[in-house]
Amino acid sequence: MSKQQSLPVRLLRGFAMFWWDFLVGDTPELFIAVLVIIGVVALLSVVGHFNAAAVIVLPLLAVSALAISVRRAQRSSQRK
Amino acid sequence: MVLATAVSSGVVVLVGAVFLACAVEMVEALTIVLAVGHTRGWRSAFEGTGAALVVLAALVAAFGPALVHVPISALRLVVGGVLLIFGMQWLRKAILRSSGLKAKHDEDEIYREKVAELEALGSSVNRDRVAFVMAFKGVFLEGLEVVITVLTLGTSAHRLGLAATVAAVAVLLVGVVGVVVAKQLSNVPENAMKMAVGILLVSYGTFWTGEGLKVKWPGNDVMLVMFVVIYVVVVGLLVAMLRRSAPQRSSEVVA
Repeated sequence: MSKQQSLPVRLLRGFAMFWWDFLVGDTPELFIAVLVIIGVVALLSVVGHFNAAAVIVLPLLAVSALAISVRRAQRSSQRK
Repeated sequence: MVLATAVSSGVVVLVGAVFLACAVEMVEALTIVLAVGHTRGWRSAFEGTGAALVVLAALVAAFGPALVHVPISALRLVVGGVLLIFGMQWLRKAILRSSGLKAKHDEDEIYREKVAELEALGSSVNRDRVAFVMAFKGVFLEGLEVVITVLTLGTSAHRLGLAATVAAVAVLLVGVVGVVVAKQLSNVPENAMKMAVGILLVSYGTFWTGEGLKVKWPGNDVMLVMFVVIYVVVVGLLVAMLRRSAPQRSSEVVA
């Protein structure tokens, strides 16, 4: 592979790296959690009482994702 | 009356989120520019800053008008998802810092590190490439987060002008205060501000993800304020739980 990449390739690579760091970074669990939240709420739309369920499920899943991520960081610090 | 309350509560959350997010990013960018300017000279530091601002302005000019044409449901779903991720990342860091599991962001320390790094690179001539690149990267990367915050929050709320104005006020205010106090940016209560921004971003993220998925929130925009209250309580509980479960580990640092 060539060490000297062309400017468009470097720009594209930099752009992709920025979004990767911005959205995933060192917390991939939060990125996955948001995809799951969107998927679950979207699935709720095919069952009855969509709105009532979504109003409760969406914030509940977001709170759970945050708590799990914080707990993961705490465990990681305890292992060190 | 109800409509006025709903509109004003949405605006208050929008203004608060944009102002605090932009102020925090400006503090971080200013620390880098001050370190570069004091160490390698102001000319290249200002040139790097100016070039970054021009590129950021070009990005806003290119993507700002385009975003307005994206269907609002799709825009709110994408923006809601991005804000949820971004907000939870900020909240996670702020919670870990508040509970002592992560070292606090120390602008004085960052300033000293940058100065040491720059001094190690040797003296500069008239056009200092290192100073230019350092200032450019600092302002561009922090500025990009400001641009994303303003564009996403502003376009989704149909208040891009208000969001841009609030961002400009925050950046100017921090800039003026930063220049006056020079190196004492560590006095800014950055973790508290990050926690507040995280709560506001997650609240908006939850609200717009729902709107993008056609959820009808009870009370419409009033629900946004309810989310702020809910997340404040959740964050308070998480910080209290972490402090109680690991009081003896307060000096440790996690990624």
